Amino acid sequence: MTAATTHGYTPGLRVTERALIRRVRRLPLPGHVHVQVGHEVTAEQLVASTELPGNVVNVNVAHELSITPEDVPALMLEGEGEPVEARQIIAESRAFWGLFHSIARAPITGTVETISDVTGQVLVRGRPISVEIDAYIDATVVVVQGDETVVVETRGALAQGILGVGGEAHGRLKMLCSEPDELCQAELIEDACRDCILVGGGRVTLETLQAAAEVGAAGVVTGAIDDTDLDEFLGAPLGVAITGQENLGTSLVLTEGFGDTPMRRRTFELLAERDGRRASVNGATQIRAGVIRPEVIVPEPGATWDAAEEQAGGGLAVGSPVRLIRRPHFGLPAEITELPERLEAIPTEAEVRVARVRLEDTGEVVAVPRANLEIIVQ
Amino acid sequence: MADEQALRSILATDCGSTTTKAILIEAVDGEYRLRVRGEAPTTVEAPHEDVTAGVLNAVREVEELSGRALIRDGTIIRPQQDGEGVDAYVSTSSAGGGLQVMVVGLVRSMTAESAQRAALGAGAIVMDVLALDDGRRDYERIERMRELRPDLILISGGVDGGETRKVVEMAELVAAANPQARLGEKYELPVIFAGNVDAREPVRAALERSAALTVVDNLRPTMEQERLGPARGEIQELFLQHVMAQAPGYPKLMGWTDADIMPTPAAVGSLIETIARRDGLNVVGVDIGGATTDVFSVFGGTFNRTVSANLGMSYSISNVLAEAGLENILRWLAIRPDPRRLGNDIRNKMIRPTTIPQTLGDLAAEHAAAREALRLAFEQHRLLATELKGVQRQRDIADAFGAAGAQSLVDMMALDLIVGSGGVLSHAPRRTQAALMMIDAFEPEGVTRLAVDSIFMMPQLGVLATISEEAATQVFYRDCLIPLGTCIAPAGRGRPGSRCVRVAMRPGGGAVEMAVPFGEMRLLPLAEGETARVTIEPTRGFDAGAGRGRTVTADVQGGVVGLIIDARGRPLRLPDDAAERIEAIRRWHRALDAYPDDAEADEALHGDGPEVVAT
Repeated sequence: MTAATTHGYTPGLRVTERALIRRVRRLPLPGHVHVQVGHEVTAEQLVASTELPGNVVNVNVAHELSITPEDVPALMLEGEGEPVEARQIIAESRAFWGLFHSIARAPITGTVETISDVTGQVLVRGRPISVEIDAYIDATVVVVQGDETVVVETRGALAQGILGVGGEAHGRLKMLCSEPDELCQAELIEDACRDCILVGGGRVTLETLQAAAEVGAAGVVTGAIDDTDLDEFLGAPLGVAITGQENLGTSLVLTEGFGDTPMRRRTFELLAERDGRRASVNGATQIRAGVIRPEVIVPEPGATWDAAEEQAGGGLAVGSPVRLIRRPHFGLPAEITELPERLEAIPTEAEVRVARVRLEDTGEVVAVPRANLEIIVQ
Repeated sequence: MADEQALRSILATDCGSTTTKAILIEAVDGEYRLRVRGEAPTTVEAPHEDVTAGVLNAVREVEELSGRALIRDGTIIRPQQDGEGVDAYVSTSSAGGGLQVMVVGLVRSMTAESAQRAALGAGAIVMDVLALDDGRRDYERIERMRELRPDLILISGGVDGGETRKVVEMAELVAAANPQARLGEKYELPVIFAGNVDAREPVRAALERSAALTVVDNLRPTMEQERLGPARGEIQELFLQHVMAQAPGYPKLMGWTDADIMPTPAAVGSLIETIARRDGLNVVGVDIGGATTDVFSVFGGTFNRTVSANLGMSYSISNVLAEAGLENILRWLAIRPDPRRLGNDIRNKMIRPTTIPQTLGDLAAEHAAAREALRLAFEQHRLLATELKGVQRQRDIADAFGAAGAQSLVDMMALDLIVGSGGVLSHAPRRTQAALMMIDAFEPEGVTRLAVDSIFMMPQLGVLATISEEAATQVFYRDCLIPLGTCIAPAGRGRPGSRCVRVAMRPGGGAVEMAVPFGEMRLLPLAEGETARVTIEPTRGFDAGAGRGRTVTADVQGGVVGLIIDARGRPLRLPDDAAERIEAIRRWHRALDAYPDDAEADEALHGDGPEVVAT
């Protein structure tokens, strides 16, 4: 017995020429929004800014003045909310007609946050930390929410990666490789790569990444990397796939993963066709709940977008194009020929639900665990 | 929901971080039995961002396999009518990263540790423990609170009538950090205070402007007493009110269930406690998931749970690699592996976490990583599952800084039963593989029973017990708990090949005797449901439970694997020489019939797969 469709298996990464792309630009705290709905903005344009409360440093005034905590408020020279300079005297005590004189100083410049008569501690908050947010993509402002959120929108090409490191950046696309399986080597990096988003093909080496960072490339997009090279580039082993905060000199987007895996041809061609165009890249990844994929966006303001594709992500069906995402067929494209309902034994002896697929390159039909399929969104 | 007495069918789901599992239980001739199980990827991310989509997908698989309609109009049909629907529906959840808690206490090994146990017992992941003696400066503590964005903060500190000032100081730090909740930007971060009663009012004053404070009984009212119940209960309540209510799709799911959604680890923990209590056993349970590994133990009636937040078999498998080191994973393989390929494969599993091994080589590699994840998680458990610290001697807080740690409650020689759960153990193609993984990772000593959760359904049964203990117990013993058999493992070290132990077994009317040299393993048949009296004669220098060289007689239970004699010694040390080690592992695999054929596994890991082409 064969089921007509089945449900919810690994949705493929989006690689599309025609996407409606919206990105939310949100301040960590309310502040000031610098744009209005309808404004055309460039990727580097400031859209919102705010100031985060500074760090807090405590002063144990009771201890420094050798008094009890309940006496602290009376001996403070500055009250809660008042500004203080570093080294400024903020509390003072005198005993025996001024013979014994004790003082407590502010450890940093800022404001007095709290004065506790229970613990005798005074918390001083440092100067605010300025936060500025740019538009990230060349786009139009479509939403402004209060004084903290801006939504920008554009149409254009979108290629999601499987894993990235480093944060947002923008620049012109520059092709490094001429084939999707070409090794992305350091010799390909030249001065003209500065500020560009470099598009490789196959595996990228550590030396290439280091050269890209040194020359000041905005980002590198390629198929894969060796795990040891990534760890070396990061300076520490990558334990869980939650990234984006790294400061590496260049952002990295891997479209396939680890090892000698070429970039999917469709992704490669989509980027190659846009060589020289302005684009944005973000290596931030979260492979946990609330998943975030790294991405490359090439805005094309006049382009149409495919609403049907936006809704895609449904089930597997006979005839569905898929990609196999585990050994021994890792990376191969195929088409589903049958979805047997009953569990079947695979070479590990595990009994699992499989799909029978026809491999695109050889025409061979093989049984593959459904969990090891990725739907290719057409 | 129908009355408990009248429950004819129950649907239970567990929404894990990777997979949502559904089981259908039916009452047949007065007995509750598992009918079928279905699963589907959890859907808390785009394009679905609604946990109920994954639930419905898993339930649809149950529908297909059972031929029984369970869903109509996008919801679960209840009550059962004309062979359709079920009488009750319950669920657990660890999706969305579970419940993430930050613990604040005074002394790391005392009140902070008690608070940590309370949070862990409630099914939480403890993101960090802040204490006066944690070696950090105040601004570092504040930065940490801001950076981690926990779901809630548990503050403890001070015995009743004891230290107040330092407790309030820590509360003031929490207020200064003004941490934001991870989920739901609009609501105030929940904070529970479970410390010194005298500090309640000043703590309330310190936190009233920056957090939603709840006050419960002190979890360490005296040095000699730990009372975790009230804090645990409040954590679970807040889990429902805040975390679940903010997670994608959960408000809808909460509307479907007939009992509160339980955090998955809390459900598994309550089941482990039930087993230990019912049979008076010392038990270790483990649930190895995609992102985290939970270890539970009951020794002498004391329950403990730890969670290793970044040790798991998919999302966290790279962290297993980082913490254990590649060499420690490679050492469990019966082949000469290619380190580059194995490293890349492990990372590929992390980024495509729902995939499963398709070749024997891949399977062996995942089993090797699982041993290390289990070993590391158990090490962490031993450190936390201790006697109460600060009890033995009269001392004040200052004395406790840097004080020697208390005795771990985990006593491998006194351990009666190990229960394994989680995908890599429950779905191991051969049960022997699960037994071997647990033996290698936990190193049981003496005589220890082994069991696995048949199809990874302990979470669902844990929450089911809240509406029908009868149904949960019946299904647990009949369909969930698969007895693997018993492991006999003398503690001690010897020369390879030297005499280690002689075992005589008398199952039924027959008798079997076997001498096992040091460094070897043997398997004696003893089927599920059978028991046998065994006489274990360790040689001098080895202890099987009665002291070195002393004979032990015990009644042992069989299982789907049998009676495993592990004469590799304790602590377990693998040969340093790679060739010797590979040969030893192959002998152990052959002795236990653990894998189909090592040559095939070798080929699967080293053979040339098809060339990968750009598509």
